This record gives sequence, C-alpha cells and structure tokens, in this order.
Amino acid sequence: MNKQMIKKITGNQLFIPLMALILLAVINLVNDPGFFKVTLGTNNAGNPVLSGYLITILDYGSELAILAIGMTLVTAASGGQDISVGATIAIAGSAMLRILCGGNSRPDTIQAPIIVAFLVACVVGMLCGAFNGILVAIFKIQPMIATLILFTAGRSIAAWINNNELPIVPDPKFAYFGGFIPGIPVPTTVFIVIICIIIMALILKYTNLGLYTQAVGINENSSRLNGINPTFIKFLTFVILGLCVAVAALIKVSRLSTINYSVIAKDIEMDAILAVALGGNALSGGKFNMWASILGAYVIQFLTTTLYKFNVQSDALAAYKAVVVILLVIFSAPTVREYIRRLAKQLPMSRREAA
Amino acid sequence: MMKKVLSIAMASAMTLGLVACGSTASTGTTTEAQSSSGDLIKVGIINNDPNESGYRTANDADLKAKFTKENGYDASFAYSLKNDEQIQYAQTFIQDEVDYLLLSAADTAGWDSVLKDAQAAGIKVILFDRTIDADASLYEASIVSDMAKEGQTAVDWLAGQNLSEYNVIHIQGVMGSAAQQGRSGALDTKVAAESNWNIVKQQTAEWNAEKAQQIVQSVIDSGTPFNVIYAENDDMAKGAVAALDAAGISHGVGKDVVVMGFDCNKWALEELLNQNWNYDGQCNPFQASYIDDIIKTLESGGTLSQKTIIMDEKGFDATTITQQDVDTYGI
Repeated sequence: MNKQMIKKITGNQLFIPLMALILLAVINLVNDPGFFKVTLGTNNAGNPVLSGYLITILDYGSELAILAIGMTLVTAASGGQDISVGATIAIAGSAMLRILCGGNSRPDTIQAPIIVAFLVACVVGMLCGAFNGILVAIFKIQPMIATLILFTAGRSIAAWINNNELPIVPDPKFAYFGGFIPGIPVPTTVFIVIICIIIMALILKYTNLGLYTQAVGINENSSRLNGINPTFIKFLTFVILGLCVAVAALIKVSRLSTINYSVIAKDIEMDAILAVALGGNALSGGKFNMWASILGAYVIQFLTTTLYKFNVQSDALAAYKAVVVILLVIFSAPTVREYIRRLAKQLPMSRREAA
Repeated sequence: MMKKVLSIAMASAMTLGLVACGSTASTGTTTEAQSSSGDLIKVGIINNDPNESGYRTANDADLKAKFTKENGYDASFAYSLKNDEQIQYAQTFIQDEVDYLLLSAADTAGWDSVLKDAQAAGIKVILFDRTIDADASLYEASIVSDMAKEGQTAVDWLAGQNLSEYNVIHIQGVMGSAAQQGRSGALDTKVAAESNWNIVKQQTAEWNAEKAQQIVQSVIDSGTPFNVIYAENDDMAKGAVAALDAAGISHGVGKDVVVMGFDCNKWALEELLNQNWNYDGQCNPFQASYIDDIIKTLESGGTLSQKTIIMDEKGFDATTITQQDVDTYGI
C-alpha cells in the first residue's frame, strides 16, 4: 500500500519540477526567510503594487511559461525543438512597434490602436511559425535545422522592419502589459499567463489536439493509418508556438516600451526547451504534460532569481542551468532509471534479510 | 525518392539561409561603377554591421554623410561583424585600387598581411573607432575613443556631487569589451580608494536592458539601500530605471537615486533634459570629420602631428544640458 503510493507520487510527471521547486524554496528559506516576504507599496505613477522576490518570479517567468506551452506541443509532435523563438520575438515585437509608431521612431502619439498592433504581431508570429512548420512537416527537415534559418536571420529581419531604428512607444497604456494596470497591484503578466493557460486547458479538454499531437509524436505511421494527418498536426503546433511567441513579444516589448533587436529575448529558446525537459517531457516527442512544462518554466525563473540574489555573475547563469540539464539528462537516461529501480527493489529485500 | 526530396529541401533551405544572412553581411562594393573619374578620392570603408547598436548606426550614417561625391569622395562601404569577412573585403578594395582604406576592425588580430599588401599597393590605411594589433607603420592614423577617460570623467562627475555616502549598483557591459573595461576601471579604483564609496551590486547585464532590470529588481527585493546606478550604457540604465519606477523609488535630479548612463542616445539625453536621469557620458561616434581632415592633410602633402587621435568626449549633466545639446550630440 505504502509502496504503491510512493510509486504513484514519484511516477507523476509533476514530481520532478515540484521537487526542484521545493528544493529551491528550502534553500532560500534556510538562507534568508525574507525571500518570501511580499509587500504592498506604490510605484512612481502612484499606483499600488505588490513587490518581493515571489512577485518577481511570477512576473519575469511569464514569457517563459507562455513559450513553454507552444514548445511542449512542438516537442511532442515533431520530436524536435524550435530554436528560433528568441529571434521570432524580435520580429513580432518589431512588427508591433512598426504599427504603433507608424515607421516614425519617436512619434508623439500612437498611430494605431494597441489591439491592431498586437493582432498584426500575432499574424507575423504565426507566419514565422508556419514557415518553420512547413519546413518541418512537409519537407521533413530536422526541427533544429529548419528553425536555425530564422534563428540566424530573424534579428536582422526585425531590424529591417523598422529601418534599423529603435522606436519608443509614447503611450503609457502600452506599458501596462509588461507592468501594472493602475489600481491592480498584481503584475499584468500574471493575468496574461492565466488567460493563456485557461485557453490551452479548454483546447486540450474540448478538442483532440492533445491526443493527436501525442499520437503523431509516438508513431507517425500508425497515426496516419488511424486517419490523423501528421503533416497538418506538426504544422499546427508550430503555428500555435508562433502565437505564443507573439504574446511573449507583447510582454517583452511592453516592459520597456522599446526594443533592441540584437539582445531582446536573447537565449530564451534554451530556457523554453529546458522548461519542457524539466517538466519531465521526452525531448524526442510523444507523451507530454503541459502543466509540468509551465511549472518547469517558473522553476527556471526561480533558479535565475535565486542566483541573482546570491550575486552569481549573470554571464555564469548559463553554467548553472547547464548543471540542471546534465542532472536531468542523467536521471532520465534508461540505464540510470533501470539501476535505480533495481536498487529500490534490493533495499527492502536486504532489510528483510537483516531482520 | 524521399531522400531526393529531402536533399532538395535541404539545399533550398540552405540557400534561403545564405540569402537571409547575406542581407546583413555583404552589401559591399556598391559604387564601383564610376571609379575611373580622376578627381574623386577613392575610399574603401570597412565597418561593423550598423544594426549592432545605436552607436554603430550613428557612426555609419556620419560616414555616409561625409564621404559623398559632393565632398570629393568616391566611397564604397562593406559591413561585417566577422574578422575574416572584413579581411576579404579589404583584399577586394586593394584589388579595386582604392586610395584610402578606412577600417573599424571586428577583431584586433590577423590584419598584418593584408595591410602589408595595402602598403605595397600604395594604399593608405586609416583606423577608426577600434585599434588593431599590428605594427604602427602599417597605418597612417587611428582615431579612437578613450574608454578609460570616459569612465574617469563620469566618476569625477559623481564625486563632484558630494553625496555623504555612495552605495552604487554597478551594471557592466559584456565582460572584456573595451568599453566595459574602461568604464569599470575608473569606478573600481575610486571605490577601492574611498571609504564612503561601496558597491552594492556589481553584475554584467551584457548591454541588455532586460537583464539590467532583473539585476536592479533583485537588489530592490533584497531591501539593500542604494543611491547610485552606474550603468555602462543607456539601454541598461533604461532597464534599471524601469525597475525603480515599478518599485516606487524616485530617481533623477534632487531625488533618491542618481542615474548614470553612457553613449548619449537621443532618447537618453531627453531623459536628462526632463531630469529623470542625472548624467550621460558620450562615446563619440562622429569620426568622419576627423578622417576627412587627415585625408585632406595627406592629400596636400602635409604630415600628421600624431598617429593616434583621441576624440573629444563630453559628459552631460542633467542640470546643465540644453535642447541644443540633445540635437547636436544625441545619436
């Protein structure tokens, strides 16, 4: 009975990210209990805002959580990852600014409603996703190779969209998306993530997307024989990721009301892939757990924030993340799992012998 | 069959990639058509990619405005962030028999042999913005910024503010770059020498506004008091200020936190004008007039008084900056 329960808990996909989260929380609790303090203050615009490390994690983890949604689907369906999301954020963000500023780098008022600019960015993001999707689904190119094209060229395309200018959005309302709405002390990004999660949950519950994606990822041929179109499913996952990218771009651009093509969302694709892996999803495709990936995204932000707190040089952050990747890869390797299983079996037996 | 489709797809994808990359790297040798006219001075200009930063964009625009037909030049431009590509462009320019080769090298090493070729062909080389590790006899002049002096000017200004205590958040650029070393050096020396100067946090944000925002956010969350933000470029200062704004910490002239940036972007100088920031140090991208003077001197048979020319660079104070400064020095 007891053993079964342990097996059930450790077998759950949420186990790894939850354990990582608890581990990080304990380390911070031991080091400084003030880590968990959340205070209510006012920002420079005179509006109430919550602040503290936990709020920072929720706020800055948002883009990653949204990207993790799309990346999980792409990983499950195609058995590969999209490494162009950072560059595509630059493209979608640049398109958004082009619409908002009308090609003028320093306008006095915004030239189009924010919703129009956002919709254009969605279309641009989905087009980039469609481009990757066509290469992967129809031309059967390895996802990492196919997305290498936009990874390399994306930031230059983004610069070209705005004629190499760095426009600044004059409307303070635009900053609400990456900051706070007056009167609401919780960061807006948290609400954006919740909306994305609700939409995704509804899609997974009421459509066959989840089932079909897993079917394609597990065995493309047998899913085709069962009447699923693997080409379309793969294409669709990349388009959905494109949409996630556009939402992430809205947050990123809104945070500072401007863009820097060469550094915006730099290396975020690696964090998004890491989130998927941390969620216990196989990077070779197949079964997936969306919620584990999203939790994984916040674990990564938790790690980043913790490292900043411990004064780790920010160019060394990547090394710490690499350690996490190595641990994950080792623990998910079949030989190691087999070894642990055998060890677990042996333990109670030897105990019985001793008694 | 499948293999064939795959290989065609791969090939097309690669060409696409090449085209896409090509759009940034090689716009080289654009105006070589009417090169034979004897009156114009023929210059080949090798620069870094103008998309790299606002500084580079301003630098490229300045060169393009100066080296025109009206000013007596026949200029060709080539851009790359890669040293080997730049060397190839240099060889192309030597074959085109330009009179002057203007160079902002991506990397300091590897230029000896191609510059010897240029010398043998009677082409005069002028370095701008960046120096290289080559024998000084291989080039006529080099026009550079003194990053250490930029840092010193900024730190001297800060010391002149006579704060009772300096608790500094120091946000650095990409570690090891000339700008980072110069701008960090002056502050590090000062902090080591003075007892009331402390570094609250010293972190690299790699010229990235988002990272700077997170670093400052982290200090705010920890509750450690600070009263100076020393960011090594404007973007990072902007990110830092975004974090201050969200936390309700006042900044600017006469406020709680002193904000310092570098590079003099136009929008940054406007922040100074509105007294939201306190100081911005210039990194002068306008080298074209210096180069023009040198070429004019050499053409008239004169000699240069010095080989290395260090440009004038200002530091702007929010209390004294004028709209005219913003228009003149903003990039």
